[in-house]
Amino acid sequence: MRLAIPTESLPGETLVAATPKTTAQLVALGYDVIVESGAGAKATFADEAYLSAGAKIVGADEVWAGDVVLKVNEPSAAEIARLRPGATVIARMPLGEQPQLFAALNASRVTGLSLDAIPRISRAQSMDVLSTMSNIAGYRGVIEAAESYGGMFAGQVTAAGKTQPATVFVIGAGVAGLAAIGAAGSLGANVRAFDVRPEVAEQIQSMGATFVSASGGVQEVSSDGYAKELTQDQAAQTARVYAEESARSDILVTTALVRGQAPITITAEMVRNMKPGSVIVDLAASGGGNCELTEPGRKVVTENGVTIIGYTDLASRMPTHSSQLFGTNIVNLLKLLTPGKDGQLMLDLDDIVQRGIALTQDGETLWPPPPVQVSAAPKPNATVDAPAKHVPTPAELAEQAARRQQRRYALFGLAAVAVGAAITFSPPSFLGYFTVFVLAVFVGFYVISNVSASLHTPLMAQTNAISGIILVGALLQLGSTNIAVVVLAFVAATVASINIFGGFGVAGRMISMFRKDA
Amino acid sequence: MNADNQTLQSLIQAGYLIAGVLFILSLAGLSHQRSAKAGNVAGKIGMLIALAATIALSLLGSEHSAWITAGLIAAALLIGAVIGTWAARRVEMTQMPEMIAILHSFVGLAAVLVGFNSYLTEESSADSVHLIEVFLGVFIGAVTFTGSVIAYLKLSAKMKSAPLTLPGRNWLNLGALIASAVLLGWYLAAPSIWPLLIMTVIALLLGLHLVAAIGGGDMPVVVSMLNSYSGWAAAAAGFMLSNNLLIITGALVGSSGAILSYIMCKAMNRSFIAVILGGFGNEVATSTGDQDLGEYHETSAGALAELLEESQSIVIAPGYGMAVAKAQNQVAELTGRLRALGKEVRFAVHPVAGRLPGHMNVLLAEARVPYDIVLEMDEIQDELPATDVVLVIGANDTVNPAAEEDPGSPIAGMPVLQVWKAKQVVVFKRSMATGYAGVQNPLFYKPNTAMLFGDAKDQVEKVASAVGAAVPEFAQRS
Repeated sequence: MRLAIPTESLPGETLVAATPKTTAQLVALGYDVIVESGAGAKATFADEAYLSAGAKIVGADEVWAGDVVLKVNEPSAAEIARLRPGATVIARMPLGEQPQLFAALNASRVTGLSLDAIPRISRAQSMDVLSTMSNIAGYRGVIEAAESYGGMFAGQVTAAGKTQPATVFVIGAGVAGLAAIGAAGSLGANVRAFDVRPEVAEQIQSMGATFVSASGGVQEVSSDGYAKELTQDQAAQTARVYAEESARSDILVTTALVRGQAPITITAEMVRNMKPGSVIVDLAASGGGNCELTEPGRKVVTENGVTIIGYTDLASRMPTHSSQLFGTNIVNLLKLLTPGKDGQLMLDLDDIVQRGIALTQDGETLWPPPPVQVSAAPKPNATVDAPAKHVPTPAELAEQAARRQQRRYALFGLAAVAVGAAITFSPPSFLGYFTVFVLAVFVGFYVISNVSASLHTPLMAQTNAISGIILVGALLQLGSTNIAVVVLAFVAATVASINIFGGFGVAGRMISMFRKDA
Repeated sequence: MNADNQTLQSLIQAGYLIAGVLFILSLAGLSHQRSAKAGNVAGKIGMLIALAATIALSLLGSEHSAWITAGLIAAALLIGAVIGTWAARRVEMTQMPEMIAILHSFVGLAAVLVGFNSYLTEESSADSVHLIEVFLGVFIGAVTFTGSVIAYLKLSAKMKSAPLTLPGRNWLNLGALIASAVLLGWYLAAPSIWPLLIMTVIALLLGLHLVAAIGGGDMPVVVSMLNSYSGWAAAAAGFMLSNNLLIITGALVGSSGAILSYIMCKAMNRSFIAVILGGFGNEVATSTGDQDLGEYHETSAGALAELLEESQSIVIAPGYGMAVAKAQNQVAELTGRLRALGKEVRFAVHPVAGRLPGHMNVLLAEARVPYDIVLEMDEIQDELPATDVVLVIGANDTVNPAAEEDPGSPIAGMPVLQVWKAKQVVVFKRSMATGYAGVQNPLFYKPNTAMLFGDAKDQVEKVASAVGAAVPEFAQRS
């Protein structure tokens, strides 16, 4: 099949759906790759490079007659009309209600596969262009901020005095947020970050940033990796954090996108309280922006001197690497779509990933796909039962604990008195032995508490072996003149020595099996 | 007693002291795998010194010819050495719980016999403290003896592992205790063999009934509890013989077993008393019995191999089922291959996985899995959500989300491995049957769970060879 790479038509777009490097990989999958002349020019890939990677350079008409067309942006109606019936187009196509797009695709009987619909499952991670783009945007956003910021990111100590490092506050530790944290950190800034999902605190800290926490402003651990919308109470808490943090930071990076929509997190009021010269990078500008004053696609400066960067083409500002990463995502998708590696694209609608990205096929709309998994029978009676049960209040729990504590003290005291009485009225020889016994119990307690849990089985074998020391008692009795005693002692000595030899033997055998990774 | 004899006595006591210290060191050595071997050696040396000292003492105090005594000692040690060494060599790691249980019963038996002897030899000179010591020593020894025998029979599947629930079983136990206390009174008032004998029979029956009433799932607690009892029995023998070494050793072993029991109970979120009183798994199924949990999904060895090749971080949660299927070598092979492919493979071991504390660790060590990738539940719990695939091999109750989600479940509140938080879970299982606790497992019906039915050993082997097929290095070998 002919795999076609056209030039992107969107004004300002510099990316290309395949680089010479990924072209070679596509050729290896068995496809005849045709590239429109000049398609990679803006991403610094010359036609010759594609040629030597095994592609053919063709004109615009020929490229649109390809069997599979790979694009970066959504194809326009005019472009769809140029496609051959039965052709497949793979591109980023926004999801949701898209009647014109679907109508156009169906009218041309074109199979449309949207890269925006790649499900977020681990198997599909290598194809997830949204992650790729977010990652690039996070990095580039910080670079843009550095360019607009009137100072240095890293603190300096020079003969002319010293400067403080820039404080960067990142809201949202998704892919873009983490990339921004990494970029800002490696430029030397002091990075702080916030996320409503508590489970990402560790990721933030692993990138070298400080996790800013809002008491009450955190959500439950999310099941699908995306953040959910906040409740009112949580929202109030987080707003307070945003206000405090934005006022003290030099660079503010916002990344909050909840399913393509950007909630307003930074109000005009907060911007007014920011320092003059500080910079806001709104990575959610494509969804309308997290900042009230963001103008998507533009860089603006507010009255109090705060620069707000609302670029939506951050990836296109680094076309070489963006194209390379985007192209690799596409190669990974085509590997899935080309099971035979024979250049034949086979769409398997039983596969979750392939079903998920399919918008149209043979004039029929396939979007939206059925829910990934039909999980039958959620427990309907669980919620009904719940209120009936008595949930102990914290006060009751505390009371219970206190009562238990009292009972424990009472028991302990009673035991101490009993032991004291027993010792007082026992012969002095017993006292000596009893002292040894009590001390040995405590030594045992501390020694055993240190034993590694993985060695508990050898521990039991070994304690078994040493408890065979009861042999000592039996041996001493063997010297008796009473024949019954000798017989009993002999049996006891025999079983006890089985214990000693067996226990040590088996413990040694087990211990020698534990080995460290070489 | 002449001066020479006095010196020898002191030498023997010094030997006991050194042996006691060596025993402590031998247990302390087990705090890490690196020092464990040294610990084992320390224990052996300690035992050697103790034996040498005791033999000297025994010959010295022998009432008949020292030669006869020496011959008897040699014979007893020889028989013990032959049987013990043979058993230690032959036993399979999967049978370790049985082996340990039967060894406990020997200590119990020896304690009973030593107790009787102590009564027989010192009948005349006995004061009441000594009488109490003898009585207690025999009592603990007898309970340990029959309890361990029943535990052995249950663990080796020579007896049904379901709990025996006699009507009013707690009253029976209490009755046995009271009867023993009354017999103690009789024994103190008029020392004779009869109360001692009757009490021994009662204690033997008590041990029998105690362990028979405990279900298979609670066996880790029972075995460690019996370990503790065997220690207390040895300590009691030490008191009656006025021997410090026995007291020290008994106390060490006793507290060791007690701590292990405590750890096990905590891991199952059950009180020690509840375990001892037994009968787990009967009053269940009130809330989770016939609930419709939805559908489960099956997968195949081939599909799993592909999934593993695409994954980066893999966690294996083994359970007793792996030991039953003797699949640990296949699991180790799979682990080796995945690691050769650059995957991060780790093991998550629940504290009560298996039938003995640390049982899984020993099985995996036998299969040559490096111990530094075998992690405890607490060490790996937080990393499970970031894991691509969790393979559950022969574990059930220890990965049951009902423990956290369903307050009506019999295992509610028990800490479990949160495997369902991983991106994918694959459960190796023979059938859809419930685990030891008899509780349905909603994990199997989670949307990110797939079931791989069949014998764990065969299935793991299939997966391992399918994974290896993609790597030329392995393809040549197999």
